[in-house]
Amino acid sequence: MKEVIGTTGLVMNEPLLWEKGVAGRIGFSMPRRDVPEAPLDASLTGEGPDFPDLSEVDVVRHYTRLSQWNYGVDTGMYPLGSCTMKYNPKTHERQAALPGFVNAHPMLPASMAQGILALMHELETCLAEITGLPAVTLQPAAGAHGELTGMMVVRAYHNDRGKPRHKILIPDTAHGTNPASSALCGFTPVPVSSSARGVLAQETIAAVMDEDTAGIMITNPNTLGLFEENIRAIAKIVHDKGGLVYVDGANMNAMMGIVSMGAIGVDVMHLNLHKTFSTPHGGGGPGAGPVCVTEALAPFLPVPRVVREGDAYALSYDFPKSIGKVHAFYGNVGVLIKAYCYILSLGKDLKRVSQLAVLNANYVKERLKDTFHLPYDRPCMHECVFTDKNQEAHKVTTLDMAKRLIDYGFHPPTIYFPLVVHGAIMIEPTETESKETLDSFIAACRAIATEAAQSPDTLREAPTKPKVRRLDETLAARHPHLAG
Amino acid sequence: MRYLPHTGEEIDEMLRVVGAKDLDDLFSTIPKDCRRTRDLVLPGPLTEWELNDRMDALSAQMRVPPQVKTFLGAGSYPHHIPEAVRQLLLRSEFYTAYTPYQPEISQGTLQAIYEYQTLVTRLLGMEVANASMYDGATSLAEALLMAIRVTRRKKVAVSRLIHPHYRRVVETYLLASGHEILYLPALADGTTDLSATGDLSELAAVAVQSPNFYGCIENLAAAGETAHADPKTLFIVTFTEPLAYGLLTPPGEFGADIVCGEGQSLGLPQSFGGPGLGMFASRNKYVRSMPGRLVGQTVDKDGKRGFVLTLATREQHIRRERATSNICSNEGLCALASAMYMACLGRTGIRELARLNHDKAEYLKAGLKAAGAEIPFAAPTFNEFVAKLPPGFGEKHARLLEKNIVAGLPLETYFPELRDHALFCATETVSKEDMDALIKEIAS
Repeated sequence: MKEVIGTTGLVMNEPLLWEKGVAGRIGFSMPRRDVPEAPLDASLTGEGPDFPDLSEVDVVRHYTRLSQWNYGVDTGMYPLGSCTMKYNPKTHERQAALPGFVNAHPMLPASMAQGILALMHELETCLAEITGLPAVTLQPAAGAHGELTGMMVVRAYHNDRGKPRHKILIPDTAHGTNPASSALCGFTPVPVSSSARGVLAQETIAAVMDEDTAGIMITNPNTLGLFEENIRAIAKIVHDKGGLVYVDGANMNAMMGIVSMGAIGVDVMHLNLHKTFSTPHGGGGPGAGPVCVTEALAPFLPVPRVVREGDAYALSYDFPKSIGKVHAFYGNVGVLIKAYCYILSLGKDLKRVSQLAVLNANYVKERLKDTFHLPYDRPCMHECVFTDKNQEAHKVTTLDMAKRLIDYGFHPPTIYFPLVVHGAIMIEPTETESKETLDSFIAACRAIATEAAQSPDTLREAPTKPKVRRLDETLAARHPHLAG
Repeated sequence: MRYLPHTGEEIDEMLRVVGAKDLDDLFSTIPKDCRRTRDLVLPGPLTEWELNDRMDALSAQMRVPPQVKTFLGAGSYPHHIPEAVRQLLLRSEFYTAYTPYQPEISQGTLQAIYEYQTLVTRLLGMEVANASMYDGATSLAEALLMAIRVTRRKKVAVSRLIHPHYRRVVETYLLASGHEILYLPALADGTTDLSATGDLSELAAVAVQSPNFYGCIENLAAAGETAHADPKTLFIVTFTEPLAYGLLTPPGEFGADIVCGEGQSLGLPQSFGGPGLGMFASRNKYVRSMPGRLVGQTVDKDGKRGFVLTLATREQHIRRERATSNICSNEGLCALASAMYMACLGRTGIRELARLNHDKAEYLKAGLKAAGAEIPFAAPTFNEFVAKLPPGFGEKHARLLEKNIVAGLPLETYFPELRDHALFCATETVSKEDMDALIKEIAS
């Protein structure tokens, strides 16, 4: 292979914030005082928090050094399965920082906030077109928050019909958030197994679907990267018993312009704007998890909703069947702006995004299937799942290979998920990686497989190039040390 | 398209490797009757330059500060944000990273969040803080659900002076899971009537906001005593303006079991209400019942200090339906922003800035009073307060909007009994000149 991109640079050590600084320093330009001091009862005031006093230079060096210990999409390929770590366009940072948006108080009269309301309304329209589900709320702040909102809508729908239901079907390939979100709404998750082909069989659903079951929560494409090909038949079984079909849209990056979820029997779905619609993940958020639903479910969406009155936009609370509010205001508006910009920049080329995401995943799958064990050897969607079975003989695990990839300059794939695949290695390249990047990733994986056979200790000791080596997670959990 | 690197030749070559005849053929496993039959109808595609024009036009349709003088707080506060914070957040190693699942190449995020957790505990006087929740409202809802889990009781007492939007979110969360809410009314001085809690042995928690929605500082010592009259009941304090704790005694010192609220004030732009930052802190004894991610200190193979996500057995990806919460992505970058902001201020700076906020609001309060407004609630306030204006304030408020002044938030929508009352906020971003102009308008 060509020169390995992973290397060690000049990485600085940096202490904790409060190990720096001197009392009396400041890193903030204090606004000029133009009013007199007003009396304040001394019994109300404390000592002030024990923060370190730092200069602006101290703060800037601190965080610059910390940033250099991190790996981001801008550093290199980040093939984290089910996370869709695509490139985050730079222009979006400019757009979301425009003064009209960042300086807007959320309780401004609607007449003063027409620009952002128009944007939100248009974004809803675009997401409705992409999903085929006509009514949208932008309020949920993350994917799991969208799931919770969607399940509350499902619950409200059944209650409104005077027939509360208590169970929800969840496939064994689901993200952990699915059962957790439904449990928060008081539903009991009923696990259902996928078939030997890695997808749900309609017979399995028919056997468990009953009139106390609110519906089914499916991820499509599923976490094995496979399209749930029986979805229409499954939706019919669920609908015939009065249930609803929820689709977790975490994997929508394979489906834009390819499948209209509304047309195949889906009633509710959430989207992850920080996955499919390129908004940055921020090292753990903020994300956004809009929920799209059928007309029948629209009355239950959270309030307020953006409504159009003639040429003007307003926020309306006049939806008596609404589940209520799930966010103090209207969701992560700054994130919504970036997703809107992404859609405007791509337009109908969003279909090409999905095509190339699927092409990249299949290319990696084909070129690595002689290296790693591929449990489901079929055309995949946006991601593919391998295992460490071929390396078992050398006593090398998925974890060892993932850690070694770091030394080669790549972020590891998602590992040990989905749970139904033992030792899973879940690779989602996304469409923004070029063929040459994929080729060097593939070469790194092959080199690691060779090392697994020839020098397995190299893998067990990996990674060696980052600032720290493998960390003792057991110690961290047994003796929690959560604040300094 | 500049984000899509594939050339036609590369696509052909890759299709050959995959064994597909064209891009459509990649989707052959999707049954025909599931395939979309018509193309997407979407605006665009726009060039980068057309996008700038479009977004500039939308931004220009907003009437916001500095052109407009707003005296609005109520859960979203205008504060100066140092350019250093804004630029450091654009270090793309931070903002283009995922949740730090691979600690060896995420030490930047992990140390920064560990530092954030620490600064939050110091600000609020608590022992442990998580890596963030979505916003103030959801962090309160999660705090109440946590109290319900810890105590195995089904009912909570919630002050009516908690932000009405937070109460609405709490209702949405708690009623969906079949729990009961008892509202505590307001006293004449603008603080919560704690005598209304009823039988405490039924209550999982007593929750108050301080400073509350009227801007009034609650008597946290009394609230804590009331809640803890039953040894099991949890005392929860929420807030919308954390800057207040640069000056005020932190809730932890009054025995709060959970302190949670909105962190937007600490270095985040208002951005029409989001992204915000749900701050969440508690006591060590409850750590295993807490929702959300936690970063902990540990060592690497060579004994060197490092940080990892820890106590994950509480979380959804391990415990699934029995998790302490369904939260996964939180507001990581916002937590980072607030840590940077708190680091810029330091102990000296946050105290001075908080004091300035208090004094600005007191100046406005005195000015409005002199202009004929009444200050109906006697309890002390931080940087916002309620004023009762002469009858006909509604029309005046509307007239002032035309003059680019937002004269506070009229309260009648939220509290029907508070006709002609408005909530006014003055932070360090408001000048004496702007306040004098408002006072003059109110007097006229």
